[in-house]
Amino acid sequence: MGLDFSVLPPFYGTLALGVLWTVAITAASAVLSFFGGILLAVIALYAPMAIRLPFRFLAWLFMGTPLLLQLFLIYFGLVQIGIDLPAFVAGVIGLGFHFAVYNSELIQTAMIAVDKGQMEAARTLGLSRRQALIKVVVPQAVRDVIPPIGNNMIALLKDSALVSVIGVSELTLSAQRAIGQTYRAFEFYAAAAVLYYIINLGMEAVLRWFENRNRLYR
Amino acid sequence: MDTELILKVYPYFLEAALITIELSVLTIALGLICGALGATARLSRFKSLRFLGAAYVSFFRGTPALIQLFLLYFGGPQIGIQLDAFEAGVIGLGVNIGAYMTETMRGAIIAIDKGQGEAARTLGLSRSQAFRKVVLPQALRLMIRPLGVNINAQIKGTALVSAISVVELTYTAQRYIGSTYKPFEMFFLAGVLYLVIITITGKGVAYLDRKVRLPA
Repeated sequence: MGLDFSVLPPFYGTLALGVLWTVAITAASAVLSFFGGILLAVIALYAPMAIRLPFRFLAWLFMGTPLLLQLFLIYFGLVQIGIDLPAFVAGVIGLGFHFAVYNSELIQTAMIAVDKGQMEAARTLGLSRRQALIKVVVPQAVRDVIPPIGNNMIALLKDSALVSVIGVSELTLSAQRAIGQTYRAFEFYAAAAVLYYIINLGMEAVLRWFENRNRLYR
Repeated sequence: MDTELILKVYPYFLEAALITIELSVLTIALGLICGALGATARLSRFKSLRFLGAAYVSFFRGTPALIQLFLLYFGGPQIGIQLDAFEAGVIGLGVNIGAYMTETMRGAIIAIDKGQGEAARTLGLSRSQAFRKVVLPQALRLMIRPLGVNINAQIKGTALVSAISVVELTYTAQRYIGSTYKPFEMFFLAGVLYLVIITITGKGVAYLDRKVRLPA
């Protein structure tokens, strides 16, 4: 069986829908992983030991096991304790939390690097500890790690292909559905690869724009 | 937690863990070879080689590993590449991680002060001698830790081959989730084994890194 790319056009709609879902799940998980990362970083650095340790353990678990396994656990495992999540939600939680752990590692390092005087000055000016954290320390720390967090977001886009295995109809599963009807694996996976590549380029452009916008010295 | 069940099925998970280790070793070995070739190409004097290296990195880092794996395993036969699932897994993931390792190695090599290569050339070493005897040994020292990050990612990445039904840890966990309806127990077993493999590897990399570190 040779290659015949004329099988693609009838499925343009299917693939386009897949692209939309891939973008949607990536965007939702990226937002979750960003704010989750900040929250986890604050917990890791400032929470009392009793809260910090379980979170530290959880982070270690999430960094030491495959994302695929985590998705299975969230989607199939939570049913065992009575939580039945839709596949999309399970996918967003899995991807979002997985990358939140990685983002948190970056943000923690940056938060430690923010000059102590910043916190002290904010406290002196009458801000509470929480206000000083949210309004002074965190914004400076996050700005410093926007480029590496951007790399994590790109990785997240590519890992969003994994949620096809729990049945989210994103790009990979859309390609698989089309292959199910046409038996043309190469053509559709190649098309999916091209589409991922294009989304990737778009995302890189957005990240670069965001980086420049938030640079301290222009 | 159903401990009785865990005790019953754990031997199968141990067997599967061996397959995961085998996959990890093979893909990492192939990745290191591809990475060395890729970095050489990207740093080459010849424009065409530089372009080839950049294209390799761009494609494999710009698309999901899962899609690459599917393309090779399910799409391969259409262009005359017949591989069984295990072979496709090793080749697909190895070439994929090779693209990341290319960038790691290239980064370490260009981090070495230009003066090192120039000084070696001035002292009469040929281009290749200067690279092999002066630049590379220093770059290798810088590579170990970031390559460790690639290796850590790859060990977890082997879980992807469960999607083309290679019977490794994740596939085994899935299969037993299907037959026992006990996802937590199965996840626990597989998770512990992954953590053991990754922790030991991480310690190994850290040891190597300490060993070759210059005294501060």
